[in-house]
Parts: sequence; C-alpha cells; structure tokens
Amino acid sequence: MNKKQNIKTLIVEKPLKLDCGQTINNFPLAYETYGSLNNEKDNAILVFHALTGDQFVTGINPVTKKDGWWSYAVGSGKSIDTDKYFVICANVIGGCMGSFGPGHENPKTKKIYGTDFPVITINDMVNAQINLLDFFGIKKLFSVVGGSMGGMQVLQFISNYPDKAKTAIPIACTSSHSAQNIAFNELGRQAIAADHNWSDGDYNSKNIVPDKGLAVARMAAHITYLSKKGLQEKFGRKLQERDDLKFGFDADFQIESYLRYQGSVFVDRFDANSYLYITRAMDYFDLVKQFNGNLSDAFKNTKAKFFIISFTSDWLYPTQENKDIVIALNAVGANVGFVEIESDKGHDSFLLNVPDFLKALKNFLDKSYAEKLS
Amino acid sequence: MKPEYKIISDLIDKDTKVLDVGCDDGTLMEFLKINKNVNIRGIEISKEKVQTCIAKGLTVIEGNAEFDLKQFPNDSFDYVVLGQTLQAFINPETVIKELLRVGNKAIVTIPNFGHWKVRLNLLFKGTMPITNSLPHDWYNTPNIHMCTIKDFVGFSKIINFKIFKSLALINENVSDINKSNLIFKNLFGELGIFLIEK
Repeated sequence: MNKKQNIKTLIVEKPLKLDCGQTINNFPLAYETYGSLNNEKDNAILVFHALTGDQFVTGINPVTKKDGWWSYAVGSGKSIDTDKYFVICANVIGGCMGSFGPGHENPKTKKIYGTDFPVITINDMVNAQINLLDFFGIKKLFSVVGGSMGGMQVLQFISNYPDKAKTAIPIACTSSHSAQNIAFNELGRQAIAADHNWSDGDYNSKNIVPDKGLAVARMAAHITYLSKKGLQEKFGRKLQERDDLKFGFDADFQIESYLRYQGSVFVDRFDANSYLYITRAMDYFDLVKQFNGNLSDAFKNTKAKFFIISFTSDWLYPTQENKDIVIALNAVGANVGFVEIESDKGHDSFLLNVPDFLKALKNFLDKSYAEKLS
Repeated sequence: MKPEYKIISDLIDKDTKVLDVGCDDGTLMEFLKINKNVNIRGIEISKEKVQTCIAKGLTVIEGNAEFDLKQFPNDSFDYVVLGQTLQAFINPETVIKELLRVGNKAIVTIPNFGHWKVRLNLLFKGTMPITNSLPHDWYNTPNIHMCTIKDFVGFSKIINFKIFKSLALINENVSDINKSNLIFKNLFGELGIFLIEK
C-alpha cells in the first residue's frame, strides 16, 4: 500500500504539550478537504472522525479504495453540502492514516515507536487539529461536527476554543466515558495483546501483524455498534451458505460469517497499536472531571450554537448521556437544540442512511448558515 | 395560525428571552421572533414536530415539559409560554411551579371547560362533551385535567401565584376578565389566557 502519495500532510512545527507531560513538535498531521473555502472564509466545517475513521470523509478513500466513512452525510447536495461548505478532516494523532502515530519512526532510536509512543488524549487530538485553522487562514469555523469519538472532540474543541466555531454538532457521544465503554475497549485491547504476533507492540520490527487479535477486537466492537433488534432483523438465525447446522465450529450462522468478515477487512486498513492508543484516549475522556465535576463550566465561555443528536437504539452512547450534555448547556444558558432520532441501527446510525438524521443535520446547518451568526 | 398567538405576542415585551413549552411546529416561535425580536427556545415532545422546527431554523429541545423543565436554572427566561397543554399533564401544579421557577413570568392558555356548549353537551346528551377545541372521546383524550376559567382563577389562590392579566377569547375577540364578569366569561370564553407571576 503506497499511502503517502495520496495523503496531504501539515507538518506542525509549533510544540504541543501532551497531557501525558511529553512535548512533541514538527509532527505530521494528515488531512483532507472537500469543497472550497469562500472569500469570506466563513464556510469551513471541521469534521472529527471516530475511532476507526480517517480524514477521507467522503468519495472514494484513495488508500482503501472504499467509500469514505461519512459518504451518506457529506458530499455535493448532501447534509454537509460540499457545494456550499469547505469540509476539513484530519486523521487524529495516534492514528494510522498519516498523522503522527505509533507506526512512525522515533527519531531518537530510529525504530518504530510501537508502545513507546506517548499516550495521547482527546484533548491532545483537538489541540493538534487547531493548527489547521491557521494553516487555512480561518479565524472562525462555521461548524465543528462529529459522531462518537468525533463528538467528544467537538465538546473538547468548544471547551478549549470557545470562540473558534459558530456552531457545534456532537452526535451520539458522551462527556465522560462510562465503565461499560471502558470495559468494551479493554476487551479489544486484551484481544490484541493476547495475539502472540503483537510482541508487546514491537511487531513492526519483526514484519508481522497481530491480525487475529485486531480482528477479534473489531468483531467485539462491531457488536456494540449495532442494536439487538437490528441484528435480529438482518441476520436472525439464518445459516451461511448451508441448509443445516454442521455440528462444528465453522461459521454456521450468517452473523458469525458477517463478523469474521468485518474483522478480516479491518486488519487490512488499521494498525493494532493505533487501536490501543485511540481506545485509550477515549477511555481517558472525562470532560466532567476536567471541570471538577461541573460539565457546564466547559461551555460557559462559548456563544456557539449547539445541536445535539442521539439515536433511540444506541446503547453504547445512549440518549441519556447525550441529554446530560444538553442539560449542562442549558445550565449556562447556551443556545442548544436536541433531537433523538428513531432508528434501529444502533450506535452506527450516524454513519448510515438514516433519513431523519440526515435531514435534521442538513436543516440545522443550512438554516444556521443563513442566519449569519457572529 | 391560532387566533391567540397575536394576543400572546401582545403580552410579551420586545427583545426578551422566551421559552415556548410544547412549541408544536414552531408557528408561535416564528411569530414572536419576527414581531418581538425575542431570543426564543422551544421544548416539544413530538420528534416529527421537532424536525419541523429545525427545518425552520428554530432552537428546540425534544423533551417532556413535565420532566425536562428541571434542567433549566431559576429565572432562565423572561417569559415561559404554555399553550393549551396544562390540562394534559399528570401534575399541573408541578408544571405551573416549574414554569414560574424557570421564567420570571408565564403565559398559560387553557381551553375553557366551562363554555356553554360544553355544559349543554353534557346536560342534554349525558356524554362527555366533544367540541371543536376538544375533539377527543373520553377514552382517548390527552386532556386528563380539564378545567374552567373559573377553576384556573381559583387555582391561583390554592397554589399561590399572581394573575397579572386574564383574558378571554370569544369568537376571535379578546376581552378582559375581572371579578364582576367572571361568571359571564366563564360561560362564553372559549379560551382563557393568563399572564402569571409567582
């Protein structure tokens, strides 16, 4: 895979002090843009990706040759209309699509970082991406948008830079990772660590990959992105290319085959150590604790107009956790709207073709843009 | 547009902060935004109507007034509007108290169960009244706590809130309600409109 030729990269020269205490500088931040920045530079939207996403939001991903992860929502005439808005998305630091991550070489040791890479946080990710505004000469973004971990970045972004975005759309997320969220992430990390190939994170030097562990991590996580009802309707107890049970441990059921497939395609595009680092960043995310137990304080300095969206069947980041953000915003008199979208597609709803969601997102953006917020 | 929207608008000062509880499709919100330049928010229980409001560019929170008003701090708004829904709540007393905690003033409108048509309906038919403004059968009505204009005036003394202005809507004409005409307005008013304060 010759990634590099398709990846735009900003080298961030400015030192960035990470939450873990280390300082990094001259690090690469890989990004992609869609649409064009207008003369007033007031139509830019910064999209934050989720755990396994990347900067290739829409169109064909030049590296994986598959559709961009948010192709339903972003594009010409779509909810985030690239005919109208200038969409920017960066690969998070810690990631594996060109941004500074554990797959990079440590200049001191001349070896791939692996688990010597510093532990990064959602705060670090956001502080790295703010450099894109200077790079494009944007004083204020029209919007910051993201689902799941992308939503956490939206919340952290507004908290860190209260006057850098006119609108903010955190989707299907939380202000503080729950015990259940951490538990599922730990399951994934332990699956990777249990793969002999992982070699304590040093698999790169041995030219092997912990593909089995990473695939299991993905399979487990994938279940959490779907709803019981959605799974039952799509798969039920349907058998995979066979008329009867085979009394063995091959994939008898379609759901087994589906999960195995999801695991196998994932290892081709994702790095195991990045999976460890990014899930860790999510687990460490606790905006409530950052503000000593009062989430409202995270938003007290912002004039941004918020739109919070949750999904009925999302049990990973359930409606109540999204509503807690609405409550915190109301407590400081922020401008906040909220809708829970009816969907049986689970947490993944925000990535899929859910017309009510796509309509709400489009209407909020287009009406807010017409308002010419200051 | 409902005839009482103009009357509600007349009760609201310009450039204030307003919450419309049960904002429906946002018609009143838009009207107030244009006519009074208010900073307006809405709460609405129906997902479909929340979508309609978003499409109009209005800031609306999907929620149930009975449970979701408590998220707002004291005196968050200059006015809180509750249009023709008080009778649908399980606990109207809590709702009124919450309206007056969240807002400095509240505007409450009630469909008048004391209207003569309602009375005659029950008297002669002997069944639960069905009228233009109360179109449901007894078994499927959301209106579980119907009251009359007179009841609401009495309610103000029971749970202790002040009525600043009380108006009756009769054939799309608005008139003041006072002590001496209360019996008359309670018979002919289709809707009671009250500006209240704690």
